[in-house]
Amino acid sequence: MMTIRVLKDKTAGGIMFFLTLSSMLLVVIMGIGLFLKSAPVFEEHSLGELLFSSSWKPMRGEFGFLPFIMGTIWVTVIAVVMAVPVSLLTAIYLTEYARPVVRKYVFPALDILAGLPSVIYGVWGTLLIVPFISGWLAPRFVDFSTGYTMLAGGIVLGVMILPLLVSLFIELITSVPEELREASISLGATRWQTTKAVVVRAVLPGLVAAVVLAVSRALGETIAVLMVCGNLPEIPGSLFDACYPIPALIANNYGEMLSLPLYEAALMFAALILFIVVLLFNLVSRVVLYRIEKTFS
Amino acid sequence: MKHFFQALSLPVKSRAYPFNAPDGKVANLFRPDRKFHRDEEESELVVRDLNVYIKEQHILKEINLAIPDKKITCIVGPSGCGKSTLLKTFNRLIDSVEGARVSGKVLLNGTDIVSSSGPEIIHLRREMGLISQKPCPLPMSIFDNIAYGCRIHGIRNRKKLRLVVRHYLEAAGLWEEVQDRLNTPAIRLSIGQQQRLCLARSLAVEPRFILADEATSALDPISSKTIEELFVKLKQNYSIVMVTHTLRQALRIADNVIFMYLGEVIESGPAERVFNRPEHKLTRKYLSGVFS
Repeated sequence: MMTIRVLKDKTAGGIMFFLTLSSMLLVVIMGIGLFLKSAPVFEEHSLGELLFSSSWKPMRGEFGFLPFIMGTIWVTVIAVVMAVPVSLLTAIYLTEYARPVVRKYVFPALDILAGLPSVIYGVWGTLLIVPFISGWLAPRFVDFSTGYTMLAGGIVLGVMILPLLVSLFIELITSVPEELREASISLGATRWQTTKAVVVRAVLPGLVAAVVLAVSRALGETIAVLMVCGNLPEIPGSLFDACYPIPALIANNYGEMLSLPLYEAALMFAALILFIVVLLFNLVSRVVLYRIEKTFS
Repeated sequence: MKHFFQALSLPVKSRAYPFNAPDGKVANLFRPDRKFHRDEEESELVVRDLNVYIKEQHILKEINLAIPDKKITCIVGPSGCGKSTLLKTFNRLIDSVEGARVSGKVLLNGTDIVSSSGPEIIHLRREMGLISQKPCPLPMSIFDNIAYGCRIHGIRNRKKLRLVVRHYLEAAGLWEEVQDRLNTPAIRLSIGQQQRLCLARSLAVEPRFILADEATSALDPISSKTIEELFVKLKQNYSIVMVTHTLRQALRIADNVIFMYLGEVIESGPAERVFNRPEHKLTRKYLSGVFS
């Protein structure tokens, strides 16, 4: 018999299914939209030319995206390489070593850091990191640097994803059952041995997932990076060269793009690249995650 | 001070044990069951005036006990009477309980467990093998689970580790079942096998005591019978302290019984006497099933 509550149940299920489906579809629609918008630039240039040419001269209709792709990858790599060890050790300290009173004060601070608008990180980078690099760090390695460099972008980005990573790591580590730690400690292991061999090993798949999340965020971060990384469309040769990540390219040029032929399509293509990179990255990490989970359970 | 140096230096070096080879010569053969240095064969655990508070709550009150060597001692009593807390003070896991304060003495061969610190604690914990209620294999292979204890104490020689793993898996009656899949994750074992794995893992660091906290309550009847039989076999070499909720189990295997109620030891003594001629009214009531 079809009572009211069964009917309600079915409607609720239906509505939720529809909403889920539409948000899934959104991804597809976005992808298609970007592709269609960037189609004109394909007609003029081959995909290989667009992806692997390093000459970016919109006035002359030359659109080589390699500098931007390299810039994005490098800034992200620097950020992740710096942020992951720091945040992992911070999370381990807070969960395994710190007394509750330390946690009580550090957790809110992390939340504040995570919630700061990215433009503030940008300003902080411009005021602190850029002069630090141009005045102190760079002269030790290269002749001249403005300080607006790939390294500055990486550092600012690394600091930005740090609170996110720390809170994700803390979440993961606290989910490890206490009995596992006790089992290891009661064999005479030190806390560090326990953390290394048991706790971190138990959450390894989760750690990978957290890093993926952070990388996805880093790939798309715009304002803060744009403010410190110099924005020159050249392939960076060293840490002290300027770079120009894709999000910065789009944000910087969106206002003036209508004046040049194909410029809009080219920028849409940049967005498409970013879209596909994030998508691919997520897919690949899924596979990695699946492999890890399979070997551990 | 002596123990301090022991804890610092000895467990991190593997020792070849002088062993009489058949031809009469003393050979330097590795004994998987004699990896670590040991002063005396006998061991005794004495508890004196032990009080434990957790956040102003008086959990253990004036506990005085002696745990006999190479016997099975069962701690029985209703839930929340402090049985598990008592076990935790024996291997200092109480340290990780928030807001716990301990006073009094727990003496292992004369060394006070309560007041020891640093490397001494690590040494002590090795002496006290813990089997928890829910088997919890470490997130690694069967082989690594057993070898883990040796590795953290510095034995890394693959050949020696293989001997150790085999020896203790045999001791826990698990070798036959797992010898072909030592490299598969331990979590894939059945729950009864997991508990025997945990037992083997604890034994592999050569404890004197086995502390079992309701070690069979999560297992099916057949697996728990296997564990019980193992305990009876193991008491030749180890002193076993067992917290149990099932009186039948205590009846079956205990040599000694400690009855606790609301944080106090009401009665303790040889199992036969406590079960047949309990002296205290509360013990009689508990045994007859008035409360549990």
